[in-house]
Amino acid sequence: MTREKPTGETIQMKRTLAALCAVALVAAGLAAPASAQLYGTLAKVDAANEFVIGHRETSIPFAWIESDGSDPKGYSIDLCLRIADAVKETLGKPDLGVRFVPITPQTRIPLLTNGTIDIECGSTTNNLTRQEQVAYLPVTFITGTKLLVKKDSGIETLADLVGKRISLAQGTTNERVIKAAIEAQGLDIGVLNVKDHAEGFLSLETGRVDAHSTDHILLYGLITRARNPQDYAVVGDFLSYDPYALMVRRDDSAFQLLGTKVLAELFRTGEIREIYAKWFEPFPTNPDVSEPPTDLLQAAWRLNALPN
Amino acid sequence: MHYNWNWGVLWQEPYLGWLISGVGWTLAVSVAAWVIAFSLGSVVGVARTLPNRWVAGAATVYVELFRNIPLLVQLFLWYFVVPELLPADWGRWIKRDMPLPEYTTAVVGLGFYTASRVAEQVRSGIQSIPRGQSMAGYASGLSTAQLYRYILLPVAYRLIVPPLTSEFLTIFKNSSLALTIGVLELTAQSRQITEYTFQGFEAFTAATVIYVVITLTVTAGMTLVERRARMPGFIAGGR
Repeated sequence: MTREKPTGETIQMKRTLAALCAVALVAAGLAAPASAQLYGTLAKVDAANEFVIGHRETSIPFAWIESDGSDPKGYSIDLCLRIADAVKETLGKPDLGVRFVPITPQTRIPLLTNGTIDIECGSTTNNLTRQEQVAYLPVTFITGTKLLVKKDSGIETLADLVGKRISLAQGTTNERVIKAAIEAQGLDIGVLNVKDHAEGFLSLETGRVDAHSTDHILLYGLITRARNPQDYAVVGDFLSYDPYALMVRRDDSAFQLLGTKVLAELFRTGEIREIYAKWFEPFPTNPDVSEPPTDLLQAAWRLNALPN
Repeated sequence: MHYNWNWGVLWQEPYLGWLISGVGWTLAVSVAAWVIAFSLGSVVGVARTLPNRWVAGAATVYVELFRNIPLLVQLFLWYFVVPELLPADWGRWIKRDMPLPEYTTAVVGLGFYTASRVAEQVRSGIQSIPRGQSMAGYASGLSTAQLYRYILLPVAYRLIVPPLTSEFLTIFKNSSLALTIGVLELTAQSRQITEYTFQGFEAFTAATVIYVVITLTVTAGMTLVERRARMPGFIAGGR
């Protein structure tokens, strides 16, 4: 088989083709990061020119607001602001607006799915029922259900509440855990439904109920803001396992990956430990209350410190 | 938008049971509050038209006070503030030992608020009757009590059936505010279903339909009352 000698014409053609291909490749490469491949949350943020953070108002020290009306702050808010920075970088828009929208346990999922907020920063437990509607970033905190009581009441476990009343914030995982425990053990405990933890604490303070229940770390947060913190105690065994995570929209792996990258880097570099110390050691609302990270939480950080 | 529709959730236990219990509480709050609103509103409305200045003045104060404070604020005041202002024993009784504390507070709050609105309807009904009738009543020797009993009220109440219907409908809708102080009525139950299943659109659609059915039933009932109570010569906004 003899090879045909390339003529001047065919060489010229091949060169032209190669040049065209190169131009096309460069063009595609330039165009790609700008806007062509954006979808889901990133596309929405790019179009609206603002990143909307949904935050809780009374979840100390994860996300809460002070009475002076300043922007919300807390551990979850700090993490979300890091993600906001990453969004700015990805979109190439350093001036992208960041807006805060308050949410409650009842509104957090509808407002996320309908696009009012782009990420939920508070104290939300990652559970599988919720994953039918939303997705989660890696776990950022681990807690569980306990009871908040007045010290002089002598109440130590759920069983001590027989014949008494407990307030539960509607829409929380704690509400379901406590109601299930009451039913399973056949206890005669009255339940008062309250809007949020602040109202639950008010009910406890005014003697309307004998206990309020939510995640133990939030109960410490509530105590720090009481008029007489020494009158209250967090009691009981952990009645549930509540891993907290930031909530994002479902079926949006590009934005989810962006968030995961930000958190993995914080976990990998150990920067998470400093952010944690800023909000938990001690609590910003009370210098006497401090909560070092548990072994379980440190393990969760390690597990999610994925390499680049 | 990512949403997985599932209408079947409304027929599952315990959610169906929650909706039914919610309807029960909505009716219980509304009807009990209406009893207070109608009786107290009638007394206050009549008082505003009485010749005695002190009585009329007190009734006016009541109406202006309860009509001008938002209902939600009133419920919070009744629920959180009033028990703290009372002596400790009474406060404790209201918060703990009174039967169904949240329900009772909601009924009282809603009833007193709506009473101020009913009172205004009653007053307008009485004042829409020409003055000549009162004068004729006094001239024929009736006392003030007799005048109201035999001349003014029978006419006034029939005239105000249509606006009272509106108030009656409003009380059913306002009863949803009872959820803010922990009464698990219809709206609260649909919220709770939302929280357990995250099928909010289905739950709130069900609540909407149920409210409409309740109010349409009430409207139909009041139309019957209106027809039976109507007087020749006084129909349709008449004098």
